Amino acid sequence: MGKVKSLDDLKKMKEEVQSRINLREKSDHPENQVQVKVAMATCGIASGAKEIMDYFINELDKRNIDAIVTQTGCMGYCYAEPTVEITLPGKEPVVFGYVDTKKADEIIEEYIKKGELIDGIIPVTYKTIDE
Amino acid sequence: MQLLICGGTGCRASESNVLKDNLEKELKKRNLQDDVQVVETGCFGFCEKGPIVKVLPDNTFYTEVTPEDAERIVGEHLVKGRQVTDLLYTDPEKKEKIADSKHMDFYKKQIRIALRNCGFIDPENIDDYIARDGYQALGKVITEMTPEEAINEIKESGLRGRGGGGFPAGLKWELTRKSQADQKYVVCNADEGDPGAFMDRSILEGDAHSVLEAMAICGYCTDASKGLIYIRAEYPLAINRLKKSIEQAREYGLLGDNIFGTGFNFDVELRYGAGAFVCGEETALIHSMEGERGEPTVKPPYPSVSGYKGKPTTVNNVETYANVPVIINKGAKWFASIGTDNSKGTKVFALAGKVNNVGLIEVPMGTTLREVIFDIGGGVKDGKKFKSVQTGGPSGGCLTEKHLDTPIDYDNLIASGSMMGSGGMIVMDEDDCMVSVAKYYLDFTVEESCGKCSPCRIGNKRLYEILDKITKGEGTHEDLDKLRNLSNVIMDASLCGLGQTSPNPVMSTMDNFWDEYIAHVEKQECPAGQCKDLLRYEVVPENCVGCTACARNCPVNCISGERKQVHEIDQSVCIKCGACYEKCKFNAIRIV
Amino acid sequence: METIKLTIDNKTVEVEKGTTVYQAAKKLGIDIPVLCYMDLGDLNIEHKPGGCRVCVVEVKGRKNLAPSCNTEATDGMEVRTNSMRVLNARKTVLELILSDHPADCLVCAKSGECELQDLSQRLGVREIPYQGEQSHYREDTSPSIIREIDKCIMCRRCEKMCNEVQTVGVLSAIHRGFESVVAPAFEMNLDHSVCTYCGQCVNVCPTGALTEVDNTPRLINDLANPRKTVIVQTAPAVRAALGEEFGMEAGTLVTGKMVASLRELGFDYVFDTDFAADLTIMEEGAELLDRLTKHLNGDQEVRMPILTSCCPAWVKFFEHHFPDMTDIPSTARSPQQMFGAVAKTYFAKKMNIKREDLVVVSVMPCVAKKYESTRDEFAVDGNPDVDYSVTTRELGKLIKQANMDFKSLPDEDFDKPLGESTGAGVIFGTTGGVIEAATRTAYELYTGKDLERISFEQLRGMEGLRKASVDFDGQEINIGIAHGLGNARKLLEEIREGKSMYHAIEIMACPGGCIGGGGQPYIHGNVDILKARQKAIYQEDDNKKIRKSHENPYIKELYEEFLGKPMGEKAHHLLHTHYFKRGRKVYID
Repeated sequence: MGKVKSLDDLKKMKEEVQSRINLREKSDHPENQVQVKVAMATCGIASGAKEIMDYFINELDKRNIDAIVTQTGCMGYCYAEPTVEITLPGKEPVVFGYVDTKKADEIIEEYIKKGELIDGIIPVTYKTIDE
Repeated sequence: MQLLICGGTGCRASESNVLKDNLEKELKKRNLQDDVQVVETGCFGFCEKGPIVKVLPDNTFYTEVTPEDAERIVGEHLVKGRQVTDLLYTDPEKKEKIADSKHMDFYKKQIRIALRNCGFIDPENIDDYIARDGYQALGKVITEMTPEEAINEIKESGLRGRGGGGFPAGLKWELTRKSQADQKYVVCNADEGDPGAFMDRSILEGDAHSVLEAMAICGYCTDASKGLIYIRAEYPLAINRLKKSIEQAREYGLLGDNIFGTGFNFDVELRYGAGAFVCGEETALIHSMEGERGEPTVKPPYPSVSGYKGKPTTVNNVETYANVPVIINKGAKWFASIGTDNSKGTKVFALAGKVNNVGLIEVPMGTTLREVIFDIGGGVKDGKKFKSVQTGGPSGGCLTEKHLDTPIDYDNLIASGSMMGSGGMIVMDEDDCMVSVAKYYLDFTVEESCGKCSPCRIGNKRLYEILDKITKGEGTHEDLDKLRNLSNVIMDASLCGLGQTSPNPVMSTMDNFWDEYIAHVEKQECPAGQCKDLLRYEVVPENCVGCTACARNCPVNCISGERKQVHEIDQSVCIKCGACYEKCKFNAIRIV
Repeated sequence: METIKLTIDNKTVEVEKGTTVYQAAKKLGIDIPVLCYMDLGDLNIEHKPGGCRVCVVEVKGRKNLAPSCNTEATDGMEVRTNSMRVLNARKTVLELILSDHPADCLVCAKSGECELQDLSQRLGVREIPYQGEQSHYREDTSPSIIREIDKCIMCRRCEKMCNEVQTVGVLSAIHRGFESVVAPAFEMNLDHSVCTYCGQCVNVCPTGALTEVDNTPRLINDLANPRKTVIVQTAPAVRAALGEEFGMEAGTLVTGKMVASLRELGFDYVFDTDFAADLTIMEEGAELLDRLTKHLNGDQEVRMPILTSCCPAWVKFFEHHFPDMTDIPSTARSPQQMFGAVAKTYFAKKMNIKREDLVVVSVMPCVAKKYESTRDEFAVDGNPDVDYSVTTRELGKLIKQANMDFKSLPDEDFDKPLGESTGAGVIFGTTGGVIEAATRTAYELYTGKDLERISFEQLRGMEGLRKASVDFDGQEINIGIAHGLGNARKLLEEIREGKSMYHAIEIMACPGGCIGGGGQPYIHGNVDILKARQKAIYQEDDNKKIRKSHENPYIKELYEEFLGKPMGEKAHHLLHTHYFKRGRKVYID
């Protein structure tokens, strides 16, 4: 990506990256596109988020699920770290707390594969600036 | 279909686990167990009205559900499709029943402005930030606005410093703008020192670009071309992400020379702090950046006149900066519509202590402590009784039950004898001894005082010593008088904010928990049972069966007694560790 | 000049903009107590860290009390310096300071001169209500200075002198909170640091935390020993300040009474360092002329300018900070050491006293002289040329112990031969004096003409850095003068960068020169006292019949009988020295 030379440049760039991100969020191929966000701030990492992120990357690959695993900052649910947000295509994001590898396995098998909610969901308790 | 049942401590205490069993039984009865899932979730944060059951996909939100209600929920709602109206939440003001939690004001008490991107974007990818309107505000300011217009926008938004002082940010920028100099600086105070507070770290780890963008905006407004972030070296991840973000922004031409082709130059560098609490004070911070001893100097001159290397310098905290791009993008009016008369926008709090949902929360100014602790925080842990909440870090005050409905803003907190500080919030329950709490905080300030001025250097030490004496049952009424006078003088005569606020925990606990002080002094008793020196472990002879468990576990061998005989504790040797109390299965050890 | 008006304790005062509340109050005759504050007016040294909080006042509209020393007066300001709120805070703050201070006034070296003691008397402290733990640190004794920093109250004046004025950089605040104290880095001992022993820290310390090493017990022992011949030399600046120890007005010359008191104390001979100062001029002047002539003849090997070397703190300073330039200062020993060397050879032989039975004591305005006398190169087989040195203050105490009514002592003369001196020797005691003395001699030797005017007014003054040029019969000689090591550093850096325009430079470590030395009676911030001492020095010069060193008959005799020629072999051996490239290496204990 080149330099941003003007505000228009930036706006154009925003459109581009947004569509790309939207693509990864709302895919046309629901069976292939799952987004997994692992909260990787100090609190998360200290509770084992790195291991969980690696687990998701490896296991989703092994189990042939085409998903994008990304890291993100602190979601604020420090009492329940590590926390992972799963967005299935066309669905609201769901946050799971206290995720260990056992839980991660359950998330993949039950929620990602079958779309069935499992214990350990953290309800979202805040508004965003867009609401 | 799904039934979400709150599995938080509060709801469990109201038998949500029995409710879950009952719901499963009801489903099985009707052979619906394969169609409807029962899922236990984390705390909904509305423990007052628990247990909570939420029905998906229609989002019906039932409150105060008892195990007996399982039948009706399954029978009525799931089978017949009729909501069980008496279990719906009633809006306390409008007296209407509300079914969908999205329409409940009480429920989403948090609004995330400073934390808007935390937990949402990939902090190491600038594209994610740009997709969320990143750097639009900077572009708008430097291509479409004059510095005065931009400063005005910040002033009108009512944004005040989030680091503790609450000084209006726009005014600060204006003062720096008015100071004439060949070089000016923009400094970001990321020396987060309050124990338990970590909002600045979270922002830098989750959304570093928002701070960089705001610093560049500030640079444009104040004619500064250099930005410095003073960050504690104990924040390696934040440092790492900042470094990456700075690199990316430079690569994109959003930092560096000729930004947006306007000829405006701005770049940011990092400066590391060694973790001294006092270096959060802006003059001390500046001295530390200059390589001098981290201690404050008398103000005025303020940094906006003479700061880093004697040049005009704007110092704002991380959270303050994180609000700036949103204010520019969404307008001062929008921002000013949130909050109270004199405190606009939101504040991030690090909620900690004896509360169920420990974490980072962001609420509009004016939210009450009750809402924060009970609704968002999920109430006091283990169903204990709320006793006090300490806000504002080590130099804040301890507030009580009677302050719970005070709307939180800068002025109200000060009026209540505490302060906003950087947003630490520690909840205490009935087991906490307030004299010990005050002593704990003084221990911190004694450690962290820079030692420059006498009231803070020596006065806090003496406060600590007197408190220590009291917790040992050796305090006198004269000591209580000394505590008051010392606290007053330290606050009145200290050089910087540290000393001027360090007696707050003492003053506020004396004001709000005077009885506890009196109990320690007059009766040598600690009502909360925390002060070891005032405790005695005794054997209850009628309960003791002589199992020897206590004697075997006593680390100092001060319990004697034959097997099957009543045991005895030698008080002169006992170190009050409590091991015997823990081990006794017969309630034969009591604390007096 | 913009002025503003404010009211202090309901009285209105008009002051120049930029004035502090403390100064404005002073104008009204309101003397706000201070502790850490220090204003050395004409020396341009002001210290107002606002740390002790003793000088706090109430300013209407401000939430907290303000330190008057460091709060600028503004128009319309309403100040109260004596409200009960202020008095209570002030007293409580002082009680706190006292609660962390050893209460050993009875045996404290600073008792009677202690500003903390004075303040607690003034504020009527009769008990210390806030008792608690006291901070304890290692006591540190160096050859010159004792640090008993349990008594440090963190006023940071010493730090100001050491870092900003002297740019030595040994003392600074270390540790945090209750533990914080001013000390060398890592709490190392002074004698392992780059300390120059200039003693300016001792001069400004308000308490007994920093004092000089007390050599009077040793002196009393030696004076009481019948087998020893004990002789004394007194530095020029002592006679201009000693009277202050006995309540005499600053600037009173007490040369004769000083000699009488020393004789009364039992010294076998009372001599004058001024004699050695004349000797120094002979050697240093010769060296100056030698280097100057070579330089003017185009010799590229010779380094210019030549720097004076009388001041031991200055010598140690350049050894540490400018080790690359140890070939620039004159190799002439200081007057104290020249005296010692001559006394233990020429005089001892003349009087037939064995070296080990002769005790040479010096009375100095200086604490660095104590250290200088211990340097290895100034001893023969372990026997030092000067056995030890006492300060003006120590001598004052000794005279008091000996029941003398100093003021009514008769005026007596120094003994011969080492007690005879010229006016040139006397002015060594003030900044600019050494170079003026050298100029008097060098001019006559260089030009072969007699001086018309002996005084060189252009070399005198109190400015920290001065420059002047002297016409050597058509040859312009540029002279630089620095007092205070910070000023010296500036001149040295110029030399290092090759930008120096001087032929000769005089450097004194202490502001004012020796009259402001670290061993002089405490001035407690009153710089007028230094000026009065300086005046006294020049007055003594004017009173002298002989005012040029090379005309001192006893100096001539010394060369004829013993030394030979200036810079000759014997003179080189006894009167010159060499320097060590110490660098900034320090030892951490």
